[in-house]
Amino acid sequence: MIFADAFAWLVDPVNWSGGKSIPVRVGVHLLYCLGAVLGAALIAVPLGLFVGHTGRGGVVLVGGSNALRALPTLGLVTFLYLVAGGGSAGVLIGLVVLAVPPILAGTYAGIQDVDRGVVDAASGMGMTGAQRLWQVEVPNALPLLVGGLRNAMLQVVATASVAAYVGIETLGRPLLDGLRVLDYGQFVGGAILIALLAVVLDVVLAGVGRLVVPAGLRLSSRGRRAGARSSGAKPRRRGEPAPVESGGSTA
Amino acid sequence: MIEFRDVTKRFDDGTTAVNGLDLVVEAGTITVFVGPSGCGKTTSLRMVNRMIDPTSGTVLVDGRDVSGVDPPTLRRGIGYVIQQAGLFPHRTVLDNVATVPLLTGWTRRKARQRAAELLELVGLPAELGRRYPVQLSGGQQQRVGVARALAADPPVLLMDEPFSAVDPVVREGLQDELLRLQAELDKTIVFVTHDIDEAIKVGEKVAVMRTGGFLAQYAPPAELLTRPADDFVAAFVGKDRGYRSLSFVDSSGVEVAEVPTVAEGAPVESSSDWRLVVDAEKRPQGWIAPDASVVPGGSLYEVGASIRGALDAALSSPSGLGVAVDGEGRLAGVVTARQVLDVIESRRG
Repeated sequence: MIFADAFAWLVDPVNWSGGKSIPVRVGVHLLYCLGAVLGAALIAVPLGLFVGHTGRGGVVLVGGSNALRALPTLGLVTFLYLVAGGGSAGVLIGLVVLAVPPILAGTYAGIQDVDRGVVDAASGMGMTGAQRLWQVEVPNALPLLVGGLRNAMLQVVATASVAAYVGIETLGRPLLDGLRVLDYGQFVGGAILIALLAVVLDVVLAGVGRLVVPAGLRLSSRGRRAGARSSGAKPRRRGEPAPVESGGSTA
Repeated sequence: MIEFRDVTKRFDDGTTAVNGLDLVVEAGTITVFVGPSGCGKTTSLRMVNRMIDPTSGTVLVDGRDVSGVDPPTLRRGIGYVIQQAGLFPHRTVLDNVATVPLLTGWTRRKARQRAAELLELVGLPAELGRRYPVQLSGGQQQRVGVARALAADPPVLLMDEPFSAVDPVVREGLQDELLRLQAELDKTIVFVTHDIDEAIKVGEKVAVMRTGGFLAQYAPPAELLTRPADDFVAAFVGKDRGYRSLSFVDSSGVEVAEVPTVAEGAPVESSSDWRLVVDAEKRPQGWIAPDASVVPGGSLYEVGASIRGALDAALSSPSGLGVAVDGEGRLAGVVTARQVLDVIESRRG
């Protein structure tokens, strides 16, 4: 039984100590994922805020980010590894490239999705561009922005496995080794660990979202479902704190 | 005072929204811009606080050319109310109202205190301050929008179709509330609407605009009804304008006559006359027909109020006698439609 084998591999003490143990690989995998999403956020969030706020370059942004999506990550990582002459930089860059589009899309969509009347009122009250961005647009964009981060994290967790191809001890290692020696227990065990890590990280980010999304917005998505008592209340288009789109791994 | 001097706005796509507008909004009045869509009424309003800059011409607020003022500074001194309120969904009602005071550097404590006063001013209970906009009804949101615009006590208030998104009953309440507030605050208000009835109700002066950005007529509402400048204005003002214009004529020339009355609950017999039922305070309660049956009364009008009310009282009364009351609601006398029409005829001169 493949799952019994997987379980056996998972609990085997041999796999829990040493430089190639499960904890080390989980740690390395996690580090690459966090690094990649953080790096991607540093690029994509400011860019998304700028384009969403000014309304300039939206077409270029959407086109560019879709083009990035089309890149095969495995090829990219291998290519960057060769170009960079080994090391972890190539892998990290490849993962960052993968994580940028969903974060960019979430940030941009989040800002764009803020009710036009709200933005108009913010300007009309006498907010400067920066005040409008930070006091009104960003808080209202948070549900979609966090959604973009969660989406990016899921993709990166799945794809960080490819780093194993270039010799980095991520959770991709048991997949490759398992396949090579037809040890399906190891293979499935590794896959389970990756899936678990993805779920845990998503739950953590969902919790972060709950903390940072303003209460008034959480109420608004609930109020809408409850059909609100209000007469003539406007229909609100508020994004649920859910991933922007479900992109699969391109590994 | 707000002054438009030969103001034109052409958009990039070639449409002309406002065409050579010359107009003075007098201080302390509610001035309404009204017209069909595409007539430039909202564009004109938005040029006052520089949400839009004119292609040519000058807009002055209290004698100062707005193009020389930095937009955020200008806007903090001008109240702004928009359709559907545009409240910030992520802030509580109280913090929404406190927006402009906070922008101008008040402490949070002071700004919130001021916001609480304003909620009271617009007739909202203080505990609503802790809620979020989504938890309010459309009418309540609109009141919060007005409170937010008034928070820094600006002399000028711009209202862009503020009540269009609420149902007619709520809208009427908000209009009354605005008139009550204005009596108290004496702001210079520019009010944009596409609803001519709303314009006539709230406006002291009404600017009727025509598609293409032309000013068709700028006059007090009574004059729009009685002397429309052209066919466009006449058509826009709509049907019944002759009757509606009577709202602006007072009924003081209409002499009231005595009428036989019956105390409420007293026994009645048939008679050749209609008799009015009054309660112990002499308030009209309905009519007794000649055959002694009890009939509900028509509308009442207060002596000295508009002659439209007097005519309606006569027309709606089962006896043909319109009932006039004094300020306390006590019977003052009755009038006939003929009498009211005679007064209207004689006023015409």
